[in-house]
Amino acid sequence: MKLFLLLLSSLFCINSFGQSAVVVDPAKGASLMEAIADAAPFDTLLVQPGTFKEGRIIIDKPLFILGVGYPVIDGEGKTEIITILSDSVTIQGLQIQNVGVSYIEDRAGISAEKQTHIRIIDNKLYNTFFGVYLKNSSHCLIQGNEIKADAVNEISSGNAIQLWYCNNILVQDNHASGHRDGIYLEFVDDSRIENNTSTNNIRYGLHFMFSNRDQYVGNTFELNGAGVAVMFSKKITMQYNRFINNKGTASYGLLLKEIYDGTISNNTFLGNTTGIYGEGANRLEVHHNTFEKNGWALKVLGSCMDNTFTNNNFINNNFDLTTNNNRSYNNYDGNYWSDYTGYDLDKDGIGDVPHRPIKLFSYIVTRSDASIILLRSLLVDVLNFTEKVTPAFTPELLQDTTPLMKPLL
Amino acid sequence: MLKIFKYSFQDLIRSKWSFILGLFYMAVTFGLLYMSNDLSRAIVSLMNIILFINPLVGIMLGIMYYYNSRDFSELLLAQPIKRKDYFLGQYLGLSLSLVISFVLGLGVPFLLYGVLVSDAVVNFLTLMFAGSALVLIFCALAFWVATANENKIKGFGKAILLWLFFAILYDGIFLLSLLVFESYPLEKFSIAATLLNPIDFSRVLIMLQLDVSLLFGYTGAVFNKFFGSYVGILLITGAAVIWVISPIFMMLRAAKRKDF
Repeated sequence: MKLFLLLLSSLFCINSFGQSAVVVDPAKGASLMEAIADAAPFDTLLVQPGTFKEGRIIIDKPLFILGVGYPVIDGEGKTEIITILSDSVTIQGLQIQNVGVSYIEDRAGISAEKQTHIRIIDNKLYNTFFGVYLKNSSHCLIQGNEIKADAVNEISSGNAIQLWYCNNILVQDNHASGHRDGIYLEFVDDSRIENNTSTNNIRYGLHFMFSNRDQYVGNTFELNGAGVAVMFSKKITMQYNRFINNKGTASYGLLLKEIYDGTISNNTFLGNTTGIYGEGANRLEVHHNTFEKNGWALKVLGSCMDNTFTNNNFINNNFDLTTNNNRSYNNYDGNYWSDYTGYDLDKDGIGDVPHRPIKLFSYIVTRSDASIILLRSLLVDVLNFTEKVTPAFTPELLQDTTPLMKPLL
Repeated sequence: MLKIFKYSFQDLIRSKWSFILGLFYMAVTFGLLYMSNDLSRAIVSLMNIILFINPLVGIMLGIMYYYNSRDFSELLLAQPIKRKDYFLGQYLGLSLSLVISFVLGLGVPFLLYGVLVSDAVVNFLTLMFAGSALVLIFCALAFWVATANENKIKGFGKAILLWLFFAILYDGIFLLSLLVFESYPLEKFSIAATLLNPIDFSRVLIMLQLDVSLLFGYTGAVFNKFFGSYVGILLITGAAVIWVISPIFMMLRAAKRKDF
């Protein structure tokens, strides 16, 4: 809420100080760079349709740059395109394209450093090495942008939206595809990532590093190398996201590494190779999620402790849960497991027999990868059954003592 | 040969056994389709049943039919008929009648549930192919065992052992060797070991269609890449053909030497 108020106030600030509107029409030979140089602070530049090829454009005063009918700003594959060196700049409705790949500097479609109250709204960024890149900035809005590229490999590609040492940023309704990471946050605190779509990125749909107290809500991550990676972060809230078809040899819907005190709720994990992969993930509350048709719904390694998994649906996954430890430090009570074969005599909706989500075969597969080829064989069914009756290899105490009989909606 | 085939085929297709078998498949398929109401899920459940039942049915009915028609064999072989023609005709008669019961028993319910217009049609065809191949292979194995063993009890015992070996023991040895040699790269070994067991390669063939998300895992991807390619599918088909032909060949050899 605080964030919204701040953004709202920034909006009013710009409008109240805005003095005059200047029309910049490339058809009449106008130059965007000259228009910026001539404008007074808090002016509005109305950029008319056409193409500007002026290399790197530096905005050094508070301006509202509004594109009408998506004028094209083309970097011709050479330089960074828009560099913001002032606070309270708004860029809206531009089509920014062709930033050259550089292995030395992080060129971007739009970048800002050490600024506040920047708003980047409804732009189209095509083939811009890094799309939007904010450094050391705060109280900014990145909304409704479409950021597309055709990345081939990790080394020669940038991130669609990259935030570095920022705080209080709202990233909303953007569409990022074909980059290395869709959205990348490093040292970003108190920010909110909402309703974005991140697809077909080579590495991660969304990537957190060393960021705390952030929320990401209602996003869709589809067909990325891995959906979301949350690493070395604290108090992250992850809600109502969809992790779909993130498939590959090292692919995860959600990759958790060294994270503490987060909430993962109301998400959907569908058709991923691994739904959630946890390594050193601690004190997380995982509830009301649906895991459906994944290869592995949960891979929780032995380094994860004090997590609570409750009220989740596990439906038709090849393996619901696997771990490499024979003790359990997490709580798995009160979930729905489509594999559950127990009964409910007192009809209270809770199964009377505990459910053991780890099958012997998933334990074997963790030990020897190649044994996956025996999946669904009669032998494996027999082994799983005997192990279920008398657990010898799988953690005996890893069980759901109150399994639900029906899936939660 | 064709005459023998025609005779035994007509005899078998009218017998109560093929009828019961066809009805059984139909009942199971209808039941599963009715309960799951989802073609793909029914195919998964049917896969387990078929991998279990088809080899058993093939090998048991094969051995029973052979021993039952022993008097008939002696009578016919007294006539100027080549042994090769006679036994091949018998084998084809039996295995094809079983395949027809299987295909009809499974096919009719699926067709009624509209499999041809759904996206499960490839899975369904793979299932039919694998199931039919299993029947052909295990019938051939049964005929071989029966020809090689004059003693009925011995013959039955060996046939059951053979089924047990391919259904469970083989996988057990396979799994154990995977665990013992876990620190070695085992992908190629696993592929070879899979091709050496008809039940295993039928299962892998169906699994490739169904468990796609899992097979994108680290090692799964290797198998997926191999068996999912044309080369892999050709190899599996080739293995199936070899698995049908070689027991028939062994059966014919045993029949040639046999003293009736």
